Amino acid sequence: MNWLLLLEQVLNGFQLGMLLFLLAAGLTLVFGIMDFVNLAHGSLYMMGAFFCATFSEWTNSFLFGALLTIPATFILGVVVEMVALRRLYSRNHLDQVLVTFGLILFFNELVRLIWGPVGLDIVLPDFLNRSVEIIPGVPYPIYRLAIIVLGLAVALLLYWIISKTRLGMLIRAGASNREMMGALGINVQLLFTLVFGLGATLAGIAGLMAGPILSVEIGMGRSIIILTFVVIVIGGIGSIKGAFIAAIVVGIIDTVGRSFLPDILKLMVSSDAASTAAPAISSMLIYFMMALVLAIRPQGLFPPKGVA
Amino acid sequence: MFKKLALASVIALATSSVFAGEPIKIGFVTTLSTGAGVIGQDMRDGAELALDQLDRKMGGSDVTIIYEDDGFKPEIGKQKTDKLVKKDKVDFVSGYIWSHVLMASYKKVVDNDVFLIGSNAGPSTIAGKRCHENFFSTSWQNDQNAMAMGEVLNQRGIKRLYIMAPNYAAGKNMVAGVKRTFKGEVVGQDMTKFPAQLDFSAELAKVRAAKPDALWVFYPGKHGVQFLKQYSQSKLAKDVPLYNIFTIDNLSLPRVGEWAEGSLMTQFWAPNLDTPANKRFVDGFKEKYDRYPSFYAAQSYDSMMLIDSAVRKVDGDVSDKDAVRAALTEADFESVRGKINYGNNHFPIQDFYLTKVIKDSDGVYTTEIVKKVLSNHQDPYASKCKI
Repeated sequence: MNWLLLLEQVLNGFQLGMLLFLLAAGLTLVFGIMDFVNLAHGSLYMMGAFFCATFSEWTNSFLFGALLTIPATFILGVVVEMVALRRLYSRNHLDQVLVTFGLILFFNELVRLIWGPVGLDIVLPDFLNRSVEIIPGVPYPIYRLAIIVLGLAVALLLYWIISKTRLGMLIRAGASNREMMGALGINVQLLFTLVFGLGATLAGIAGLMAGPILSVEIGMGRSIIILTFVVIVIGGIGSIKGAFIAAIVVGIIDTVGRSFLPDILKLMVSSDAASTAAPAISSMLIYFMMALVLAIRPQGLFPPKGVA
Repeated sequence: MFKKLALASVIALATSSVFAGEPIKIGFVTTLSTGAGVIGQDMRDGAELALDQLDRKMGGSDVTIIYEDDGFKPEIGKQKTDKLVKKDKVDFVSGYIWSHVLMASYKKVVDNDVFLIGSNAGPSTIAGKRCHENFFSTSWQNDQNAMAMGEVLNQRGIKRLYIMAPNYAAGKNMVAGVKRTFKGEVVGQDMTKFPAQLDFSAELAKVRAAKPDALWVFYPGKHGVQFLKQYSQSKLAKDVPLYNIFTIDNLSLPRVGEWAEGSLMTQFWAPNLDTPANKRFVDGFKEKYDRYPSFYAAQSYDSMMLIDSAVRKVDGDVSDKDAVRAALTEADFESVRGKINYGNNHFPIQDFYLTKVIKDSDGVYTTEIVKKVLSNHQDPYASKCKI
C-alpha cells in the first residue's frame, strides 16, 4: 500500500466532496424547507460556470469574474423562482419534477443560443495555476486546495447563517414545521424566494469553482446532480450538517474506490477484467451505501430536528 | 406484337424512372446535440463540402441527405437509423461517431440491404466476426491508430507505460491495440467511466505514483479537453510525457493548443497530407468554414465521395445491390489519403503517420505529419471476417 498515494486520493476525494457539498447544501435547503424537488439545480450550477467564464473574460480576471458570478446567480435564482416555480409549491412532486425537467431543457437551449455548442474555458491566474507540496514529494495543484478552503469557508458561513441569524432561525423552523411558520405570520413567500436564491448562489459557486478544472459545457450539471441527490438522501433531507458530512464521505468513497478498486480486483481476476469492472463497481459503491443508509435510517444520517 | 410493344414500353418507363427521376437518398447519423455536437457539426460540414463539390448530384441523379442526431446515445441512434431505413427508405446510411452507437444501429442497416458507410467508429466486432458485405468504412479500425502509437513508443525507447482510456467499446479496442505492438511493460491501466467521468485527479495521482516513462491516453471529444487541462494543471508533463490518440484534434486545438503544442499522436491523416484530393478538401473547407477541418470531417468527406464513386459506376441505378456493392468495393475515387484499398472486411488498408501539434504560419494551431509509422496496414481482425 502506497500511503502517500492514499493521502493524495483522500485529498482529491475531499475536494470532490466540497463541490458536492456546495451543490447539496443548496438542493437540501430548497428540498428540505420548501419541499420542492428541483431537478434544475444542476442547470444553476452550469449557469454559474458560464457566468464566471464570461465575466472572467470581460474583466480579464478570474477573481473578479468569480465575485460577479455570486450576485448574478442569486438574481437568476430569484427570477426563476418568481417566474416559474412560485405557483408549484402547492402541487405534488411529480408536477415539480416535470416543470424543473423542462427548465433543464430550457437552460441547455438558452446556453446553446447565447454561447454556442462548443463550451468555454476559464483560464486560471498564474498564482492559482501552480502546485505545492503539502505532502512531501507529492505536488498538489493549488487550485484544488483553494476549492477545499473555499468549500470549508462557505460551510462555516452557512453554519453561522443558519444557527445564528434570524433568516437561519426561519430556515430551521421551515425545515421542521412549515404550517406553523405560516400561522405565526412569517412571510413565507419572501422566505422561499430568499432560500431559493441562496440555493442558486451555492450552486453557482460550485459551478464557478468546477469551471477551471472541468470545462464549461452544456449539460455539465447532469452527471454531478445525481451524486448530489445521493448526498442529501444519505445526509438527511433538509440538513446542512448531514449534507456536509455525507458529501465528504461520498467524495472520498468515490475517489478512493476509483483509485484502488482496480488493484484490489486484480488479486481476484485478470488485470484487463479488473480495469474494466472497477469503474462500474466503484460507482455502485455509493449507491450501495445509500441503500444501506436507507435501510437502517430511512430519514438519513442527520435529519433536521423534528423530522425524525 | 402489340402486347410485346406494350410490355417493352412499360419496362422502359419503369426502368427510366429508376434511372433519372429518383434522387439518391443518404441518411447521416451523428451527434448534433450535447457537448459532442461540435464533432457532428464538423462531420456534417465535411459531408456538405463534398456534396457542394459534386454539385449535389451523383451519377446524374439529385442527392438528398437527411441528417439525424443520435444525442450521444445508442438507443436514440438506433431509433433514428430505423427511421431512416424504414420510413425514409434511404439507399445509404453514413456517419456514426461512437462505437457503441454504431454497434446498436449496425444490424438495422445491413440486414435491410442498405449500405452502411461508417465514417468514424471502427469497432473490432464489425471488422471481425460480425463483418457484413454491406458495411464499408472510410475511417479505420479502432485498434490501428493505437497500434501505430505502440510502434512509436517502441521507437522512442519507452519501457514503462501507463494507460488511460474511457470504459466503452472504442476505449477497450484502443487499449488492446496499443498492447498489441508495445513491447515494454504496462505498469498501470485505468479505464474511466464513460461518458460520466470528467475529473481525472484520482487517476493522475496514480500515474505520478507509478512513475512510468510515458502516459498513453485515448479521450475523444470533450473528454480530451478536460483531460489535457487537468494533465497540464497536475504538472506531470515534465516527468511523464503524454502520447495520445484522438484526444487532440482540430476541433479542440483552438481551445487546448497552448497546452498541446508539441504533443504527439498517430493518425491516418493530417491537414498537410500531400495528396491532390486532400488539398482540394482542406482548401475548400477552410474557404467555406474559415477553420481547419478535423479528421472527422475528412472521413465524412470521403464517405460522400465513396458513395458518389459507386453511384457513378452504376449510372445512378442503385436498385442493383450487387452492382453497387461491387462498385463500393472498388472505391474508384481519389480519397483524401490517396487511393483506398479495401480489405476483405471493407476496412481500408492504409498508412498511419506520427503527427504533431504545431502553430501554422498564421498562428493557428493544427497538426502536421512527422513521419510514416505503418505502411499499408491491415487491421488484425480482418482474418476473422468471412467475406
